[in-house]
Amino acid sequence: MAGITLNDIRKSYGQVHVIKGVDITVEDGEFVVFVGPSGCGKSTLLRMIAGLEDITSGTLTIGDRTVNDLPPKDRGVAMVFQSYAIFPHMTVRENVAFGLTIAGASKEEKEAKVAEAARILQMEHLLDRRPSQLSGGQRQRVAIGRAIVRKPAVFLFDEPLSNLDAALRMDMRMEIGKLHKTLGATMIYVTHDQVEAMTLADKIVVLKDGMVQQIGAPMDLYHNPANAFVAGFIGSPSMNFLDVDVKAVNGNRITVANPSLDPVEITARHGSYTAGGKARLGIRPQYLTPETDRRSGQLHGKVALTERLGAETVVEVTLATGKSVIAALTRDAVYPLGSEISLSFNPTEVHLFSE
Amino acid sequence: MSSKFLQSNRTGWLMAGPAVILIAGFLIMPFFFAIGLSFTNQRLISPNPTEFVGLANYRDLLGLATISLEPLRDDAGAVLMKDGEPEYPALRSFTRNNPDYPHLDGTREWFSFDRGEGRTYVLARDVVFMKAIVNTFIFVLIVAPVQAGLALGLALLINQRLRGINLFRAIYFMPVVVSIVVVSLLWSFIYDGQSGLLNNLLGAVSFGMIPALDWLGNPSTALGAIIAMSIWQAVGFHMVIWLSGLQTISPTLYEAGSIEGASKWQTFRYITWPGLRNTAVLILIVITMQAFGLFSQIDVMTQGGPLDSTQTIVFQAVERGYGKQDISGGSAISVILFVIVLSISLIQRWLTRERT
Repeated sequence: MAGITLNDIRKSYGQVHVIKGVDITVEDGEFVVFVGPSGCGKSTLLRMIAGLEDITSGTLTIGDRTVNDLPPKDRGVAMVFQSYAIFPHMTVRENVAFGLTIAGASKEEKEAKVAEAARILQMEHLLDRRPSQLSGGQRQRVAIGRAIVRKPAVFLFDEPLSNLDAALRMDMRMEIGKLHKTLGATMIYVTHDQVEAMTLADKIVVLKDGMVQQIGAPMDLYHNPANAFVAGFIGSPSMNFLDVDVKAVNGNRITVANPSLDPVEITARHGSYTAGGKARLGIRPQYLTPETDRRSGQLHGKVALTERLGAETVVEVTLATGKSVIAALTRDAVYPLGSEISLSFNPTEVHLFSE
Repeated sequence: MSSKFLQSNRTGWLMAGPAVILIAGFLIMPFFFAIGLSFTNQRLISPNPTEFVGLANYRDLLGLATISLEPLRDDAGAVLMKDGEPEYPALRSFTRNNPDYPHLDGTREWFSFDRGEGRTYVLARDVVFMKAIVNTFIFVLIVAPVQAGLALGLALLINQRLRGINLFRAIYFMPVVVSIVVVSLLWSFIYDGQSGLLNNLLGAVSFGMIPALDWLGNPSTALGAIIAMSIWQAVGFHMVIWLSGLQTISPTLYEAGSIEGASKWQTFRYITWPGLRNTAVLILIVITMQAFGLFSQIDVMTQGGPLDSTQTIVFQAVERGYGKQDISGGSAISVILFVIVLSISLIQRWLTRERT
């Protein structure tokens, strides 16, 4: 088993800097998720850990060894790819046993280990099929089987569920979570899907433009985002942002308002504010409540769209400033299009970000 | 129904027309013409009417027979010797107007082998054509694997991300662009017995130990020389086909292989080669068909000589059809070649079929 340390890791292609100095510590047995929008460098970072990309500068340690210049096979890692990367001409059994075949393992050893992997992944009945006869989820299962059969210290997952449909994605997500508990190995998982990140991770690393935005436990990121980017990225539907004017500053208690927002006092967790300046107010859709009395809420506008999902109702409200906010209600409700609506929120549940 | 089909497709037929006419005129009709002519005694220019002769042309080409002869003995029963070899009766006494051996009439000795006391002669109606078949098969059996293998090696070499790799691709591909006739002429100079490049080169590297050879004038080297040149000329073409096959293999498979710890050889064995299956089938069939069509090199460099050591099937077809104006004999050779190539392609397809 092994922890991983990334120390000031950088990656450049000529003049293009893709990873701009990343420090991450992954504890032994931890499930860490790299999350971020496309092009943020999360996959590149994972591939650098795997040894598929060179490290331009910085040190990468796996266990107690610096592995910067080691080829992938000497790093003790296994990887699961988005496109599965299972060998089309081999049966499932041969695919799962591939690493053992390469290492020259005996037939008995291969049989035993493949059988164990198949049992863990519940795919005993698939062993003699060829990849072309498998569904996407089954293929990914085979790819995971190939990874676990060698009992590596570190598992790397590169968007493993992106090619699957929604229902299957949820199943496989749970399976990967269970797998982590069963194997207890260190796992690094790359995704752009924040639901996967929130549900699987012990620790989430939010990346943007090759830089770490925040590292923390899922709920830590959700409740205490370090900046507007993290706040907007974590949570679904994503957080509403309002441009507000700072009216008064009293220590960390800031009063803000804008034409569609009645003045409200917020306790700022970070950042510096000056009266007369600008700020951004972040409100999660779940924390916006429609008021029956149209004048009692802090935000006023007209209903632009209602999505009724049964257990949840998502209402888009156009404010007087022309800006839209989303409110997510935990019940079924009907709001006619164009009707006046007033939304309220608890000032302790919102986030203020300095410009 | 049919009138509607024709009417609504009038524009379509008009557009397809030229191509259909050309394909029919230059591909389909000659094919059936050749088959038809091979059963006649048609000559290129002849005052006599064409007659149907059945399989006579094929019998003349492919007729084979054997005869086993006992050595001549003297009155005491001892074997007569001549120059240290047992003496046999003259073959001509059996193959020329011998009423006891009508099936041997007109045949000539192709080769013979000793068996026990006697000697067995294999006789052919057309010894030159037999040699042509053997030479063509030798050519195919050497060129197909060697050319495919070399082309794969080159393709693996140039399938790398290196600076200036396109220059190498262009260089290896260049001989393909040059006409085979020009290439054959150039290589005739290289193989020249007096001051050829090859002799000079061999002489230089061996400090004169290797004597100068007339590569194309020597029956034991002529076919080999043509084989070497032919491999060199078309290897670039097959390299490009291999290359396209290599590039269809997903890079992720290689990454998965490298993470699993595959060595270079294992990567080739488990990832590259299985991924090239279909390409390999294509290349083998294409090379085989091209190799069976061996003609231009022979025509330019050796004309089938020396001593028929470079006769080939297609060269014989042309030689007979136009050289000797025996168009029906030439057609029969074409049909034989067609049958050979078709059977080999079918066998290759069957051998390399997808096993499930």
